[in-house]
Amino acid sequence: MFSGFMVNAWIVATMVAVVAGIIGFFTVLRGSAFVAHAVPQAGFAGAAGASLIGVSTLAGLGTFAAISALSIGFLGKRGRHDAVTALTLVFMLGLGALFLSWSEEYASAIYALLFGEVLGVSSNQVLATAALGVVCIAAVVILYRPLLLTSVVPEMAEARGVRTHRMELCFLVVVALVTTMSVPVVGALLMFSLMVGAPGAARSFTDKPLSALSLSVGISVAIVWTAIAASYETDWPVGFFVGVLGAVFFIAGRGWVAWRRSAAGRVDSTGHLATGPMQLATATGMNGEPT
Amino acid sequence: MTDTSRPGVRDEEILSLEGVSLWLSGREILHDVAFSLRAGELTGLIGSNGAGKTTIFRVILGLETPSAGKVLFAGHPRQRRSKSIGYVPQSIGLDPDVPLRARDLVALGLDGDRFGIPLPSRSRRQLVDEVLEAVDAQGFADARVGKLSGGELQRTLIAHALIAKPRLLLLDEPLASLDIRSEQEVVGLLAKIAKAHAIAVLISAHEMNPLLPVMDRVVYVASGRAASGPTEEVVREDVLSALYGHHVDVLHVHDRILVVAGKDETHHTELERTRTVVPRGLG
Amino acid sequence: MDAVLTSIFEPGFFTSEPVRVAVVVGGAVSLVSAVVGVFTVIRGQSFAGHSLGDLGTTGGAGAFLVGANPLWGFVTFAIIGAGAMELFGARRPRGRDMATGIVLGAGLGIAALFLYLGTTQSNTTGATITILFGSMFVIRASMIPVFALLSVLALAVVALLYRPLLLSAVSQDIASARGVPVRVVGALHLLAMAVAVSLSCVTIGAILSTAVLIGPAAAALRLTKRPGLAIAWAAVIGLAVTWLGILLAYDSYYWPPAGRGWPVSFFVVALILVVYLLADLANGQKARRAGPRAIASDKGPGVVAGRAWPSLPPEPGAE
Repeated sequence: MFSGFMVNAWIVATMVAVVAGIIGFFTVLRGSAFVAHAVPQAGFAGAAGASLIGVSTLAGLGTFAAISALSIGFLGKRGRHDAVTALTLVFMLGLGALFLSWSEEYASAIYALLFGEVLGVSSNQVLATAALGVVCIAAVVILYRPLLLTSVVPEMAEARGVRTHRMELCFLVVVALVTTMSVPVVGALLMFSLMVGAPGAARSFTDKPLSALSLSVGISVAIVWTAIAASYETDWPVGFFVGVLGAVFFIAGRGWVAWRRSAAGRVDSTGHLATGPMQLATATGMNGEPT
Repeated sequence: MTDTSRPGVRDEEILSLEGVSLWLSGREILHDVAFSLRAGELTGLIGSNGAGKTTIFRVILGLETPSAGKVLFAGHPRQRRSKSIGYVPQSIGLDPDVPLRARDLVALGLDGDRFGIPLPSRSRRQLVDEVLEAVDAQGFADARVGKLSGGELQRTLIAHALIAKPRLLLLDEPLASLDIRSEQEVVGLLAKIAKAHAIAVLISAHEMNPLLPVMDRVVYVASGRAASGPTEEVVREDVLSALYGHHVDVLHVHDRILVVAGKDETHHTELERTRTVVPRGLG
Repeated sequence: MDAVLTSIFEPGFFTSEPVRVAVVVGGAVSLVSAVVGVFTVIRGQSFAGHSLGDLGTTGGAGAFLVGANPLWGFVTFAIIGAGAMELFGARRPRGRDMATGIVLGAGLGIAALFLYLGTTQSNTTGATITILFGSMFVIRASMIPVFALLSVLALAVVALLYRPLLLSAVSQDIASARGVPVRVVGALHLLAMAVAVSLSCVTIGAILSTAVLIGPAAAALRLTKRPGLAIAWAAVIGLAVTWLGILLAYDSYYWPPAGRGWPVSFFVVALILVVYLLADLANGQKARRAGPRAIASDKGPGVVAGRAWPSLPPEPGAE
């Protein structure tokens, strides 16, 4: 299981899982699950086009992913975000269908692009994935606080000078980058499962943003490793295990929340809500205080 | 920027609007609006829905450029968006599952616009604790924001705005979704903050009675026009009648004020207002 | 004159049996989808609408595997998916996205398995393509009554729930205060959507299914603010783009480069995009002429949703 070509699979899948866990945290925070689904699928259409005219799949994928991310960003400023996302997605897929009808390459290539072929990763792909992954993580580390701020309280962020729409565009571009990096190895559909399942589960277990982010990465890696091992044993597709495990973790998270709530109800009925009658605190020392 | 952290001076004029008019697509939204806000004072921006309160906020925030008139911030033309103005919107549409504690939300108010992941810092934490204490939010500082009650969330948002050390604090309908007790708590807290930090506080509301005990001044808005001054000078039959353009009754019932405009589209909202006020007076 | 007509309608367009079936069935499913889609767009459930299509695809793959009629696979899985979304919390917009994503992820995983098993067992890789992209020209005429019945069912549910659906789209709180069973109404809407989407999925494919569900409705809601009128517009646009798409696909048989016809789905989505952009342009001009309020609030942060439909609920759940 750990020999030869499998080593590349393990490395690449782990990198993808880490990045998906990080970007997915913000995807879920911003309620952008649809975008995370649409951009990789649009990228898939680009890959089909690229194979048609004989350029690198990665270039086609990246171009289409970026175009769709930006058009979602710009059109979404004016219309309903989700409807615009759907329109962009179907247009890109329609183009993909056109390219496929022109090309001779057929089902197996599409299957690979949609569901990934993590077991057939070359060393070159490992390098490309690593490079793009580093760029994505760097972008998120830099944008961490403004992204968080604009996701949670967009009006307040705007009032204090953070350009919410610019942040949205930045985020969409990062999603496009992640797509480019991961679709060739894990496929458009699997990528999406990772980006939603792991962070969706993580936020049930902790209240702190950074812990949720780390946990999201942990769960994402756990899902991918389990899926690869299971796929190796059963010969069933990796995508199946990733999709199902994502749902399992999510449900476990919900269960944990429900269990904790009922436990809290039994043991300690006071909680934070039982703060006594509010006293107006004497607020001192705030002005002129060194930051 | 160095200006923003120095202690405010009481009664210093923080913001003034001079003859501000705003035309959008051929319609006049604001007409010759003028008022000023002073450090340490709490001002109520009163008017029914659609009167122009939110537009005035947008003008102050620099999100809307007046067609005529001036907006001066501390005596200078105001820059587009800055940390010197804190803003608390009416509703923030919070996702209840977002993994963020009240403390994290407040910390974002401090440096949420900076790049990079925040490093743990003692002074940062101390500052957050101080502000949480100032709004009496220590009790729920570590609770998830999605689980806070309306009043608790309101206080957290005020802390979020306050930690950036603004000189002017704008609150859009902060009392709209609160029960009476939380309402009194928040109003009292805001008055306290205005005095303690010498911040100018502007609160918009469609109901002025909850603000009466603490309001230093009032800006009364009706159909894009505004009258401003101390409450007793503005909320009078002659002033408001001139503002509305038709006769308006101002009734003093115990320590409450009812404004009854007996005409046109205002009729309905004003009647509704009296209806909501009366049971409160009894309760 | 004749020459012009023959160049528009290539010979055989009106006499070909597959084309006739495509025109009837394609027209019917796009009509149903467009009508149901108006509520989908108003309620901000485009993602769910799209996902139900993909889930139907999973069912299609499963039906292919066991040798059943794909239609039942599509309908069953779409309905199961709708139920799961509702169960996971379809009430709050953001929670809804999350729930939809989880269900979709799991469904796609299962689709991967079905397709894998299907291809290894029967070695017909073309199934993937047919299932994903659908083909109107392979519908059997004998299935038409079933299609008609399910279409009527979906339309009936929407017609019945017309007012509660609108009201709960504006505000869940107001609706439940008025005694509307908000959850039941939402679940029934999901059900109607599942039926409409799986119908269109099996006939015109997963891509076009989303396209005719969201596209005509989104364009119609740019053109008018009145829900009744928007439904009429959506129906007209849906029919027009589908029929025009079929015509163009038929005509394209001799077009370069492949010489085997361009896919219908490409023409339909391209037409929809054009219509949407035109509607957007018209809407922008209308707003510039008379809509200071709309514009005044439109530039504001976080009010992206407020423009296309003034009575829309605030985007993130207000509760």
